[in-house]
Amino acid sequence: MSLKVLVGCKRVIDYAVKIRVRPDKLGVVTEGVKHSMNPFDEIAVEEAIRLREAKKAKEVVVVSCGIAQAKETLRTALAMGADRAILVELSPKEYEIMTPAHVSKILAAVAKMEGSDLIILGKQAIDDDCNATAQMTAAHLDWPQATSASKVEVTDAGLTVTREVDGGLEVITTQLPAVVSADLRLNEPRYATLPNIMKAKKKKMTTLSLSDVGVELKEHQTVVSVEEPPVRSAGIKVKDVDSLIAALKQAGRI
Amino acid sequence: TTFYWFCFQLPIAIRPELFSVQGSLTSYFLICSTSNFPAIMLGLSRHTFRLYNRVGVRLQSTLVVVEHDNKHLNPVTLSAITAASQLGGDVTCLVAGSSCAAVAAEVAKAVGVSKVLLADSADLEGFLPERITPVILASHQKFNFTHIIAGATAQGKSLLPRVAAKLDVAPVSDVVAIKSPDTFVRTIYAGNAMQTIKSNDPVKVVTVRGTNFATAAAEGGSAATETLAIPDLPKHLSSFKEQKLSKSDRPELSGAKSVISGGRGLKSGENFELLYKLADKLGAAVGASRAAVDAGYVPNDMQVGQTGKIVAPDLYIAVGISGAIQHLAGMKDSKTIVAINKDPDAPIFQVADFGLVADLFKAVPEMTEKL
Repeated sequence: MSLKVLVGCKRVIDYAVKIRVRPDKLGVVTEGVKHSMNPFDEIAVEEAIRLREAKKAKEVVVVSCGIAQAKETLRTALAMGADRAILVELSPKEYEIMTPAHVSKILAAVAKMEGSDLIILGKQAIDDDCNATAQMTAAHLDWPQATSASKVEVTDAGLTVTREVDGGLEVITTQLPAVVSADLRLNEPRYATLPNIMKAKKKKMTTLSLSDVGVELKEHQTVVSVEEPPVRSAGIKVKDVDSLIAALKQAGRI
Repeated sequence: TTFYWFCFQLPIAIRPELFSVQGSLTSYFLICSTSNFPAIMLGLSRHTFRLYNRVGVRLQSTLVVVEHDNKHLNPVTLSAITAASQLGGDVTCLVAGSSCAAVAAEVAKAVGVSKVLLADSADLEGFLPERITPVILASHQKFNFTHIIAGATAQGKSLLPRVAAKLDVAPVSDVVAIKSPDTFVRTIYAGNAMQTIKSNDPVKVVTVRGTNFATAAAEGGSAATETLAIPDLPKHLSSFKEQKLSKSDRPELSGAKSVISGGRGLKSGENFELLYKLADKLGAAVGASRAAVDAGYVPNDMQVGQTGKIVAPDLYIAVGISGAIQHLAGMKDSKTIVAINKDPDAPIFQVADFGLVADLFKAVPEMTEKL
């Protein structure tokens, strides 16, 4: 079993940054804000590299659909140990209307071009919180999907995946090729070490356009507005358990 | 079925007649000849109106994909039915599963449901999205829905995007409000911004956050049930093996009125016993932060947060939880938030209505005892 693995990475605003809504109320401020690889995608990259280290995979190719700066994210993936990177480059205006509906078609096209056997994606991007790309990519390819994976085993028959579901865990088997989406506890991603960061500079990075992958950016959705959430009024500190119980009784909560 | 009546007069005498055309068209043609200029009333069923759609107005018709375990309805479905009702138009519920007729009977009694579709097959055991998707597509092929809705549960979120891709539309995930049949509100950046989206697609595929839509009444309706023929299923793609579900007598986390959650401050799985005791006193569900789950104190299904469960109980007590943005995303819509933490600077105190700076190992047992 020597799989060709394709991993998707998205460049997102770093998880620790406090985001601000843009004055035009059509998005959030991204200029000058720290960006990183989507945390779930780091887990996906890590899983692919572990498969290669376990000799279940022979090549790990990382792909990102985004603006030119997404190359930084791909470099991080290469520094973690991926073999090759592909950027499907969009202009900033195109990027504004990009949704999982488009990314999934792009990934499906790249997978076909690459002859991939396994696609590993992050469960959701922490910016749009859609949780849709893996499912849609699998649908476009007519492949099985294994979302929210917390354990992936490659067997002779394909994959055995443990998924995190609402009530606990679920185990399914799928044939290969398949699409897996990584959940939090699938693994703990490694840090890119300095020697690996240097090595990554020599690894191959290809740039493709939307026409190279044959995908059109249909405007499925229009963003009407982006706004701050409702603000909670400030609370109070209570000094002991008795005061807490009294306050809750008064609020009718107990 | 609702009928639309059009009334006009003709200057000719005709015998009164009433007839109907069977099939997918139903209309009534009624002539009242009490005067020399009889009035004709033409009644068209909603179905007919949709077919003869010259005005260009397409009436809403929603498919709700029912969430269930083959024996009982999951309450999130009742929230999905409310969301569907907000769109206006028919609400059809699809019950797809194995030996799930009891669920279809239960759904048929919910208020707001026009019809129930039952797709019952041993091949649908495990609710694999690869197999449920063709069933939904077959229903859509037959009834031409304007909207396909499901609760934003693990299952709904795994399934609906696959359906959307097959229909070549963009799904709208985890909607918290419906502004109009094509405009939806959802959260982004872990709930730190609200995004209003207009869908330009001919069919809207939407998952809805259960906590934002009141549950429809479970009794009072009497919808008819139609059995669906099961289409060809791609059984070779995947197989369901087993589920390892946590068993508990406590209320289910997503719908509980009170929730007590523990974080890294609990220091061990055994210490969660303190919270279970308090929860039993309050009839509350118990949740946890990601840190507690990652550390192995409790199983994953207890995680509350951006990528875990999103809850909005009347009372949320966060014990030993620092209050990271990602945790807040899962509970900041709670009506009353209490925080118990020995660190006065913990971010959780910024969202808490009542904050108690104290050692949880003293405060929680004290609270349990005094209640």
